[in-house]
Amino acid sequence: MPAIPITKSPQPAATKPDQIRNFCIIAHIDHGKSTLADRMLGITGVVEDRNMRAQYLDRMDIERERGITIKSQAVRLPWRSGLDNQDYILNMIDTPGHVDFTYEVSRSLAACEGAILLVDCAQGIEAQTLANLYLAMENNLTIIPVLNKIDLPAAQPEKFAEELANLIGCKPEDCLRVSGKTGEGVEVLLDQIVKQIPPPVGDLSAATRALIFDSVYDSYRGVVTYVRVVDGHLSPRDQIQMYSTGVRHEMLEVGVISPEPMASNGLGVGEVGYLITGVKDVRQSRVGDTVTTYNNPAKIALAGYKDPKPMVFSGLFPLDGAEYPMLREALDKLQLNDAALVFEPESSAALGFGFRCGFLGLLHMEIVRERLEREAGLTLISTAPSVVYKVTLDDGKKIVVTNPSEYPDGKIAEVMEPIVKATILAPSEFIGTIMELCQQRRGAQKGMDYLSEDRIEIRYTLPLAEIVFDFFDQLKSRTRGYASLDYEPIAEEAGDLVKVDILLQGEKVDAFSQIVHRDKAYAYGVSMTGKLRDLIPRQQFEVPIQAAIGAKIIARENIRAIRKDVLAKCYGGDITRKRKLLEKQKEGKKRMKMVGRVEVPQEAFIAALTTDSDKASEKKK
Amino acid sequence: MKLAFYIHVPYCSKRCGYCDFNTYTPSELKITSGLDGISGAYIDLAIREINLAKNKIGQDITVGSIFFGGGTPSLMQPLDIGKVINKIKSDFHLTDSAEITLEVNPDSVDKYKLSKFLEVGVNRLSFGMQSAVPHVLKTLDRTHNPENLIKVTGWAKELGFNEISVDLIYGTPGESMQDWQQSIDSAISLPISHISAYALIVEPGTKLAAQIKRGDIEQLDDDLTAEKYIVADKSFSTAGFHWYELSNWAKNDSKSQHNLSYWNGENWWGIGPGAHSHINGDRFWNVKHPNTYKEKLQKNELPIQDFEILQASQIESERLMLSIRLTGGIETKSLNNQQIQDLSTYVKTGHLNLSDWQNGRATLTLNGRLIADRIVREILL
Repeated sequence: MPAIPITKSPQPAATKPDQIRNFCIIAHIDHGKSTLADRMLGITGVVEDRNMRAQYLDRMDIERERGITIKSQAVRLPWRSGLDNQDYILNMIDTPGHVDFTYEVSRSLAACEGAILLVDCAQGIEAQTLANLYLAMENNLTIIPVLNKIDLPAAQPEKFAEELANLIGCKPEDCLRVSGKTGEGVEVLLDQIVKQIPPPVGDLSAATRALIFDSVYDSYRGVVTYVRVVDGHLSPRDQIQMYSTGVRHEMLEVGVISPEPMASNGLGVGEVGYLITGVKDVRQSRVGDTVTTYNNPAKIALAGYKDPKPMVFSGLFPLDGAEYPMLREALDKLQLNDAALVFEPESSAALGFGFRCGFLGLLHMEIVRERLEREAGLTLISTAPSVVYKVTLDDGKKIVVTNPSEYPDGKIAEVMEPIVKATILAPSEFIGTIMELCQQRRGAQKGMDYLSEDRIEIRYTLPLAEIVFDFFDQLKSRTRGYASLDYEPIAEEAGDLVKVDILLQGEKVDAFSQIVHRDKAYAYGVSMTGKLRDLIPRQQFEVPIQAAIGAKIIARENIRAIRKDVLAKCYGGDITRKRKLLEKQKEGKKRMKMVGRVEVPQEAFIAALTTDSDKASEKKK
Repeated sequence: MKLAFYIHVPYCSKRCGYCDFNTYTPSELKITSGLDGISGAYIDLAIREINLAKNKIGQDITVGSIFFGGGTPSLMQPLDIGKVINKIKSDFHLTDSAEITLEVNPDSVDKYKLSKFLEVGVNRLSFGMQSAVPHVLKTLDRTHNPENLIKVTGWAKELGFNEISVDLIYGTPGESMQDWQQSIDSAISLPISHISAYALIVEPGTKLAAQIKRGDIEQLDDDLTAEKYIVADKSFSTAGFHWYELSNWAKNDSKSQHNLSYWNGENWWGIGPGAHSHINGDRFWNVKHPNTYKEKLQKNELPIQDFEILQASQIESERLMLSIRLTGGIETKSLNNQQIQDLSTYVKTGHLNLSDWQNGRATLTLNGRLIADRIVREILL
């Protein structure tokens, strides 16, 4: 049995680089990465069977529920190779699978020498996995192709082995076949990790350089910084120094994760672990920075990462205005762990005080919102997502617009919008539908390749705004869920864009304003006014709903005045019941937002701002 | 202390499809012999409860009204009804002018039985008419022949009942404006002095609710129901019936004294299973099932299921909720500034009467009556 007891395995700070293998797993959501990781924890013996719970490494409820990984993780696995009977330490660095978290992936990649490309052999590779695969190849990582879920009846390992071989230039028989669920093939995989992935290379005697690949705020311990030592070593007695800021910190603890944090005697070349310095703010322990020692600081920093830039903006407002300070606190706290999240205060006539937040993408936005609601107990309204527009006025003045309500009225010389390169993988039978959708969304086709006989890769450039507006949902529903999408920003282009305002009783509702392409303004106006007509309850007066570009009305609906709001009977036993009913209704009224004289239920805002009514449930499937 | 008595009779020979009242049919009670034998036994229990009420609140009490409701109180034997009246008369001070109402199912009486009710002291009859249109009655699952109303009210008048009322229901699915007008015209042609007209409410758990849910019967149309209210108010007024409560219209002095005591927040004691009582800010209500009711009384215990002691703010909320429904409305000097401000928008929209408002009262206009709940929600405490 190649599992070795942790106490007898090579110990941190006393493990030679050639005994170490650092790897990550690149996989799409649902392709079984967490199950495989769980299986590795079990087989290497770091988690006893009785302590095993599904998706052990996913720390957050959201991660476990949605089956996705948001933050990276690093686990030290001792392993005695079945090939040479030697003891090794495998550091598994878990990476998020979603396109929004590419920046997290790139951090993890920089800490590894190899990557497992994990593909569900009932589904084949997905667009986002492909993007991460290219990223890994650019980083010169050794790729081990692995087909997962071979236990499934629908598994087609031959077909997808062919596909993977074409993509990475290996032979189909080089693809390993495993089942994370049954454990089949996992030991072979662990042996192959040892065999194929090169050990880390570093200078033991040089000044210490360790790369920060993650930095997590823990309410008990302060900031926990995850590092990969490149040169030299870190010991518990060191005073460390951040290369970028030159700030010195006391080392309170250094250790490894296996899979719970375990203090150690230090970390040597090639090792992966954590350090705690008592710092309370992740920004003082910035991801991508180089950790060195105060006594013998390194002269040259390790290559870091580019700061991720928010691509999608949305307003977040507390349902109950009194929760605004709590929202600020919760956002501050979330930012400690999420350098990609930006926000600034925003006030809306319709929704009150809130924050304009910038996200990496739609999933990032959804997850931040969900965490705020769940972890801080807030109830939030988010406005329709918007991208960054660069507007040049006739007088040459330039404005950056991330919020439709700030879009200038008239006198616009030019509007630049972000353009992305989108890659879509799908069964070839959907070529027609996918092209049709992309054309509708102002796409320009850039190429198409067959991955295998019946699977294609289609490349388009598209305005990001079109992707943000329910593109993914449309793509999924039109391809019965088979298509996958990846995109990355490539340029900015001028667009014929206009702002559509929505008016209730002649009053503009800023939360509903949207910047859209001129050709789609009418359709947007008709759909929004129609939706609101169905969502806003009748008032004691008539409420016209209009959509307008500037002063020009492009669509109109009407909510008729309510005629009857009274219960006819009110005798002895009815009195208590009726009082309670009225009190309850009055309570419900407090959850209404007043837009001028019109009472708009929160649900109307939420529903109107959701591009597709069954979107939320769709994502959770 | 002034007190009104409500006597609940929780029996019906058949349950109507829209009804969710606390009433029981012979089959629900597993009585094979019908309801004929039930009168004496039930009235004995009611009398026991009156006795317990007397022990609790004392005898220094003036009773201004008694109301026999149901259920179908006209199923009871007139002599049994008389026993209840006599019991109240002997235990408390029943005024000479006390209003004593009996709800009557037009199918369940003949002229002789009506004469006996008069003899034992009943002086006001309230007939369940609901509609004059056969297909509407069928949807409501009522069994009576609309012609019966002419007959029974005629007998009542001949026998010397001066206060006769009918109940109407409007807004039944499938009821056209013409149908409703026919019911109105039919009601105002009867020898009566009082009309209660209620918009149909589909109560959860009723047969009607299930039929609507299945799609066998169409949904209610609130806009059409509002039109029907307006039409009814117009016809009733023309015929000399003036509204004094949102769903009640009366000729001259024929307002229901008993019901006014509910709406004026006065004290009443409800006798019978599920009946509610209100004594000086305390509300309590009886156990619902006749069998539990019987068990409690046989042990000589008050059959109270639960109670609620109203806080000052709740008493005030109820006052607003009830008095807004009356012609007199709410005196604005009893309101705070916020409430006055909230109500003033309804004066502007024509839902509250402008000249009454200027004279210090918030009273509902015809359109205001239709959204009374919306208005009162604004000012609820």
